[in-house]
Amino acid sequence: MIEVVSATRCIACDICVKACPANVFDGGPGRVPVIARQQDCQTCFLCEIYCPADALFVDPNAERPTGIDEAEITARGLFGSYARALGWKRGKAAGAENDPTFELRAFL
Amino acid sequence: MPHTSPRRKSADRTAPLTLEADVLVLGGGPAGAWAAVTAAENGRRVVLADKGYFGTSGATAPSNTGTWCVPPGEARAAQVERRAARAFGLADPHVMLRMLDTAHEALRMLGNDGYPFPRQSDGELYIANLRGPDYMRHMRRLALKRGVIVLDHHPALELLGADDAIVGAAGWDRQQNRPWQVTAGAVVLATGGCAFGERMLGATGLTGDGYLMAAEAGASLSGMEFCGQYGVAPAGSSLNKGLPYRWASFFDVDGKPLDMSAGDRHVAVAKGLLRGPVFARLDKAGPEIQDWLRRGQPNCFLPFDRIGVDPFTQRFEITLRGEGTVRGVGGIRLLDEGGWTGIPGLYAAGDAASREDIAGAASGGGGPNASWAIASGRWAGAAAARTAVSSKRDVTGKLRRLGGIGLVARSARPEAEASTDVVAAVRKEMLAIDGNFFRTGPKLRRSLTRLDGLWRDAQATLAGEGAAAIRTREAGALLASSRWALASAVFRNESRGLHRRSDAPESDPHFAHRIRTFGLDEIGVALDRASYASPLRVAQS
Repeated sequence: MIEVVSATRCIACDICVKACPANVFDGGPGRVPVIARQQDCQTCFLCEIYCPADALFVDPNAERPTGIDEAEITARGLFGSYARALGWKRGKAAGAENDPTFELRAFL
Repeated sequence: MPHTSPRRKSADRTAPLTLEADVLVLGGGPAGAWAAVTAAENGRRVVLADKGYFGTSGATAPSNTGTWCVPPGEARAAQVERRAARAFGLADPHVMLRMLDTAHEALRMLGNDGYPFPRQSDGELYIANLRGPDYMRHMRRLALKRGVIVLDHHPALELLGADDAIVGAAGWDRQQNRPWQVTAGAVVLATGGCAFGERMLGATGLTGDGYLMAAEAGASLSGMEFCGQYGVAPAGSSLNKGLPYRWASFFDVDGKPLDMSAGDRHVAVAKGLLRGPVFARLDKAGPEIQDWLRRGQPNCFLPFDRIGVDPFTQRFEITLRGEGTVRGVGGIRLLDEGGWTGIPGLYAAGDAASREDIAGAASGGGGPNASWAIASGRWAGAAAARTAVSSKRDVTGKLRRLGGIGLVARSARPEAEASTDVVAAVRKEMLAIDGNFFRTGPKLRRSLTRLDGLWRDAQATLAGEGAAAIRTREAGALLASSRWALASAVFRNESRGLHRRSDAPESDPHFAHRIRTFGLDEIGVALDRASYASPLRVAQS
């Protein structure tokens, strides 16, 4: 589930507050959004790719918080890793034209 | 096409929001998106209200999904025949053909409209696969371009009736903390399936809200017993995406390979999980497949990359996630080709509707459901657009609120907190492998008795006001959906497709019919009509 909103990366745009389908964040003008309802997180990772500043980190554990911190996420280069894999940049959709999944469907 | 926007009666952001529209669509997944776009293309004023955010809500947005997409021609009839033969006698080949036609046309339109489909080596666009986040973001943009008014974070709590018809819905704006109400000439329920509280990506909003609202309006459900579909996921994760496991080997805790000879991966894994932990390794994928998997299914690799496991060479623990009616097939029973529920003014599309027409008793997961969402969304959007004009009525002074459970408590001391216990009970009865995957009559009856008891308690005490009502209604919808599923599963005293009865392992011709469930306090169960059994007479265009 959602673990970290990086205060050093966040630009306080509140896009995550709007884009989260589970309404996990509380926002407000000029401040870093707060993870207000962590248990409601469905671990869909979509907030990460909508974030224009790669400031969010969702841990793959969907059952309970792991307590991973910003230092570890930074050291392992995990901020924005899902967006980079998709080809999304600064919160904007891109890269679907390079999706090779159709090659795999030939095997099904 | 030019048309006026729905009238906003209040600009104040704390006062109740009241809108009028021709068509109100509830739900912003693919079915709701296509319904809204289609109604707008027919010149109607459309409001789409989503519980979360139109673009990220639902099971499609976080996924990568194939569609069932066959160009016009002889191949279509052959494919339909093949799939109908795997539907355990409950699918309707005529609807399948119609769906293929509508979905193919819509996917081509999506390409013409700028959705970035990949190109194959022959230079042709490959339109039979959609990347969820990109697809739903595109659909949001398309809807806005067509003039649809989008209300994000506006969960619907109940339908509004006037005379004998549905004329709108009311709910709570959870980010502005105020009530909302939209009156409309027709309402499309595109609220998705029911995931019975499972922790998988896309499922947070899939609590069966549309089933509950439809039943409160008097509509029936169909096929709710076919909710025994499960997906493999790395243990503890939300990633119930099956594609990579095409190249997996499965092991028990001692490293001994699971017996896969029965042919059904999910049955083998379910049996393994009843004995102990199960592990997988994607060791059948060569370098090229590995590359395509990593680039095409990057979310499937987030658990591995973030935990530090190489899934191609190392074994990792897996689990099964219950997929309820999301990849199962049950839902609101449709009465005609426009997605009509049988209640004037009320339509359903996507996973909110039964998908037995296209999947029978088998899972509609993946391609068929994705194409169904597109086609049924377009059909319901067009039908709702026609109704909105043909049966325009003055509802002044006539509005009735139809919501019951979770909104109105019979006791003097309602408790919103009770919703937590209800959700826990639903998860316990509806997700366990030993209970819902492998079923027996006695176990199903015990589960139904427990949840019937909880329903009576909930009638007395479960109610919330304002934002608290969102959770009490979700709990009520989960509970109602579970009871319809269990009642039809008890009734279907045989095994068929996703309904696996250990105490009745064979199919019984007596049950080669659909099962309809209806009612709230007392649940009715009945064998349904069998018109779908008619042979396919193909009139190819």
